[in-house]
Amino acid sequence: MIEIQNLTKKYGQIKAVDNVSFTVNKGEILGFLGPNGAGKSTTMNILTGYIPATDGKAMVSGFDVMSQPLEVKKRIGYMPEHPPVYMDMTVTDYLNFVGDLKKVDKKQKKSQISDIMELVKITDVRGRLINNLSKGYKQRVGLAQALLGSPEVLVLDEPTVGLDPKQIIEIRKLIKALGKEHTIILSSHILPEVSAVCERVVIINNGKIAAVDTPEELAKNFGSASRLLVTVVGPKSSIADKMREIYGIKLVEPNMEKEKDVVSYIVESDTDIDVRKPLFFAMAKLGYPIIEMKSMDMTLEDIFLQLVTEEKEVG
Amino acid sequence: MLAIYLKEVKSYFYSPIAYVMIGLFIVLTSIFFVPNLTYRSGDFNGNLSSMSYILIFLVPILTMRIIAEDRKNGTDVLLITSPVKLTNIVLGKYFAAFTVFMVIVVISLIYPVVLIAFGGQFTAKLVGGYLGYILLGGAFISVGVFASSITENQIIAAIVSFVGLLIMWIADGIAGLIGGLTAKVLGWFSLLSRYEDFSNGILGIGPIIYYLSFISLFLFITAMMIEKRRWSQG
Repeated sequence: MIEIQNLTKKYGQIKAVDNVSFTVNKGEILGFLGPNGAGKSTTMNILTGYIPATDGKAMVSGFDVMSQPLEVKKRIGYMPEHPPVYMDMTVTDYLNFVGDLKKVDKKQKKSQISDIMELVKITDVRGRLINNLSKGYKQRVGLAQALLGSPEVLVLDEPTVGLDPKQIIEIRKLIKALGKEHTIILSSHILPEVSAVCERVVIINNGKIAAVDTPEELAKNFGSASRLLVTVVGPKSSIADKMREIYGIKLVEPNMEKEKDVVSYIVESDTDIDVRKPLFFAMAKLGYPIIEMKSMDMTLEDIFLQLVTEEKEVG
Repeated sequence: MLAIYLKEVKSYFYSPIAYVMIGLFIVLTSIFFVPNLTYRSGDFNGNLSSMSYILIFLVPILTMRIIAEDRKNGTDVLLITSPVKLTNIVLGKYFAAFTVFMVIVVISLIYPVVLIAFGGQFTAKLVGGYLGYILLGGAFISVGVFASSITENQIIAAIVSFVGLLIMWIADGIAGLIGGLTAKVLGWFSLLSRYEDFSNGILGIGPIIYYLSFISLFLFITAMMIEKRRWSQG
């Protein structure tokens, strides 16, 4: 559906996007993850035909955005980082305008607009000037605009930025639902968001792709150890040594002493061995009660940070 | 193109811009019209000449936001990523500004109508004068649209188009002073020299083509300007 091949964008000597290649299959929700300034928006801007690439290709349904921009633009609904709304128009007027711009069939336009307004929950504010809407509503109007003309591909640049937690959950649900009919590329620098919504993740850093995989696979591959946070009542020095004796535990690191003799430790073990039970019995035998134990999963965040730092070490 | 055109026309009339301009225009042209009444002159072409001076500062106000605002508000993303050709975006915007100008022209028809009603002559000279005035306005607007495309700051756009129009207006005068190649180049942009024929009632095909090519040239470089910015921005 979407093919990005060796995409490069240079500004003078600076490479904002450096030889990026990936594909998105039909019906897939792809997360585009990276810190601010990693090249996410630039890649999206190139794909949607807003800016041209210095080198490489971006294709949608077999049409190259450079040579057949109109064919590509017809198939894409783009929601840029800042919703491209006219402040002096009402929501209805604005969507009507976008419908005309996208050459939506006159007969279908009205029903399509009211369906979309219902879907993104802006029906209540349809008569209001966009200028007077809250950030969350403006964001939704931006999304509604992208949905108009029922494009095959949706490109959403940080769709939940500036929303409150409740709205974020709503928008994520909506995106998941939209994923049934559309192919979606979604960018974000919020990691749980990507793992919640996307089927596949492209991690981009400094304009280069650092990893492409499903969120689960990434967690598996990059999390070489599982970690526990254990708080035990007892003398700091001997407990750590006792823990290290347990089979499977690779590393014990006292984290912080909460009160006298109440210390939390970070315990790292091999992923395939569950050390929680042996740990419990060992401590029980010694008479040091465990008052807290929780697993610290390798989050996308950790993986991401790991990828970014690894790259720095190489370079 | 039609969608953009209608949207822009609406936005002119939803905002105070169009009304302020029309009001300003009526006040000034009425002042110019007073001598026709007091000296009982039926000739309106002199008025058309002075009316063209008004355009030098009216057009920059009319066109300053037309492209600059989109860029400032980020709505240019919407236009550029929608399945519409860049030329059509520029044309839609141009014709919207031109339409507001035409409203002004139609309103100004009241003066010759008054003159004719009270014994003035309906002459070919008048028709020619108006045709020239419309073409001149169209050319001015193309300069204004171009100025609006080079910046996201509306004030700068207005100043650039004002200065540009002023230079084109006095191009003949300057050319006379310097001479040489510069004078020749300046002569190409002299809007005034072509206008004189019209106001004298000479309807030559040359000046008409001149104005139309002038407009096309400026709209073309406007599109080029937007295209160039696509390449340079992030």
